[in-house]
Amino acid sequence: MKMNRALSLALAGALGLSLLAGCGGGSTSTPAPAETGSAETTPAETGSASGVIKIGGIGPLTGSAAVYGLATKQGAEVAVNEINALGGLQFELDFQDDEGDAEKAVNAYNALIGDGAQIIYGCTTTTPCVAVAAETNAARYFQLTPSASSTDVTAGRDNVFQVCFTDPNQGITAANYIKDNGLGTKVAVIYNNGDAYSTGIYNAFQAQADEIGLEIVSVTTFPDDTNTDFTVQLGEAQKAGADLVFLPIYYTPTSLILNQAKTMDYAPVFFGCDGMDGILDLEGFDTSLAEGLMLMTPFNAWGEDERTVTFVTEYQEAYGGIPNQFAADGYDCMYAIYEACQAAGITADMSAQDICEALIAQFTAADFSVDGLTGTGMTWSTSGEVSKAPVVVKVEGGVYVTQ
Amino acid sequence: MSILNNLINGISLGSVYAIIALGYTMVYGIAKMLNFAHGDVIMVGAYVCFFATGQFGLPPLAGVLLAMVVCTVLGMVIERLAYKPLRQSASLAVLITAIGVSYFLQNSALLLWKSDPKVFTSVVGTGSVKLFGGELTITHVAIVTVLACVVIMLALTWFTGRTKMGKAMRACSEDKAAAQLMGIDVDRTISMTFAIGSALAAIAGVLLCSTYPSLMPTTGSLPGIKAFTAAVFGGIGSIPGAMLGGILLGIIEIFAKAFNTNISDAVVFAVLIVVLLVKPTGLLGKAVREKV
Repeated sequence: MKMNRALSLALAGALGLSLLAGCGGGSTSTPAPAETGSAETTPAETGSASGVIKIGGIGPLTGSAAVYGLATKQGAEVAVNEINALGGLQFELDFQDDEGDAEKAVNAYNALIGDGAQIIYGCTTTTPCVAVAAETNAARYFQLTPSASSTDVTAGRDNVFQVCFTDPNQGITAANYIKDNGLGTKVAVIYNNGDAYSTGIYNAFQAQADEIGLEIVSVTTFPDDTNTDFTVQLGEAQKAGADLVFLPIYYTPTSLILNQAKTMDYAPVFFGCDGMDGILDLEGFDTSLAEGLMLMTPFNAWGEDERTVTFVTEYQEAYGGIPNQFAADGYDCMYAIYEACQAAGITADMSAQDICEALIAQFTAADFSVDGLTGTGMTWSTSGEVSKAPVVVKVEGGVYVTQ
Repeated sequence: MSILNNLINGISLGSVYAIIALGYTMVYGIAKMLNFAHGDVIMVGAYVCFFATGQFGLPPLAGVLLAMVVCTVLGMVIERLAYKPLRQSASLAVLITAIGVSYFLQNSALLLWKSDPKVFTSVVGTGSVKLFGGELTITHVAIVTVLACVVIMLALTWFTGRTKMGKAMRACSEDKAAAQLMGIDVDRTISMTFAIGSALAAIAGVLLCSTYPSLMPTTGSLPGIKAFTAAVFGGIGSIPGAMLGGILLGIIEIFAKAFNTNISDAVVFAVLIVVLLVKPTGLLGKAVREKV
């Protein structure tokens, strides 16, 4: 009896703590600027002299895209801690919440540059990123996004760079990979025609497939990620005899598609893009449904190279849970900035505008490449797009196995 | 065979709409208000069942019963706090309040259970019946949903037609003031209506998520709107009408998708417009003069 009471007390305590921890995730963004603000008013000069470069991060820490924003924030923090531990150049990351909303992202940007941010890191999602990119381009701040993958983010803006693949790039790479590896001869596509990400990948995939002679036998759509019934789309793919179904969509609808395909006894190869990353972490998801699922993701948390293992361990110690590709993208962003700063000889007392021009020159320099978690030898074109080899993983026994 | 498969999928989807529509139509028929929070009560019911069966290891049936109890209480509390004080106000005020309650429930769920989707474990398993050498698939969930829908429809028809409480409900529906003069406790009757409607919402939530196992705070909103459409389609206020409207809407939706996935929702609502132009009260609706 006594044991029970002790146990229940412990459980209640744990619950209370977890509640606090839950709040912490959302609210750190609010007190953080106040702290840094007050710390910075007096020792601002000393801060610069000791070489602290201020990076302003923007992404959704609350709201429906919070999973992605938190990952990009935490991945970047792991990298910043590592970089600062090296001695040398010091970084300070102030990450603000934009709730996935363009207007709030611009507000966050204004607050950050008001606080003296010299480099902008973000945004996590495309729509806010496009809005902030217009501002940074006019005010000449260097901007590096971990995960906003639309070409709209970088188009016509020399100061904005991406660490993730662009949407069209994913479509083209997927078509080539399927063709080259003979994964399927008749391909069906199910995509979300209400979403720019999904449509962007599909259009590029279709164009590339036509060019390389990959046969697409069925193309069906759904209007929204809240759509739940995919029996018709799957039925058409099955009727057309597709042996591979390409799904340039997010993981939530994918989980329903896999479930319904199983009920129909339809077992083609399912092939997805980076939006599908996270499907194995869905609470309550039967991972055996995803067995054999292939997806292109730049990062495999179960990878065995030393850097990945170190990152995953550090991330787990700091935040709990297995980092996804967004966290790895964030990590790579910090190292890309760090290495570019070092190569270009950037110091913390330079103005944001000088840093911007120096970093643009450095990122587009022919001999500049970065090795990261999401790719080795990453280089950037003048358009701001990254060039790196895609990684295709296959789900086997509930984990990713790099192909 | 694909036509038959589509028909079965349509009936299965339609039965879920029908159960939700029954809740809408009950509340509208008796309290004369559109309870737009109904779809979100569904979501709460599904979450209760998810946690009861998943984390506390209760058997599926106990999970469903618990969800029904929680939703019944929730429905009565919502009625008491949000709608009853506005009983004498303009119907528009109640409508706006209902939308407010809907947002309140969604955001509370977002706060409590976070936005990341949960995968609901079907309460009736994932098995299916195969006919014609596996060409035709009928899932167990679909069978249970259709049966539940018919049973609920019959039970509600019997309840409103034969029992004392049911008669009181119909009396309130016709004329609240006159019913009160006849000694009917109108407040209690309306509260009871909400209790029944919300218990149905819990069943609908569990069956919805058993058919389409993805659960998030916005899970109830789109099916809620579709079911509202179904209730209007069948004639709002009519119990058999809600069922007929729900099932027809499901079938039309699936066939519209089979026709062209790009414009399926447009086809669904175009059919609705045509039906309402020809028969403004809906398929089984009675033409009564509306007192606004």
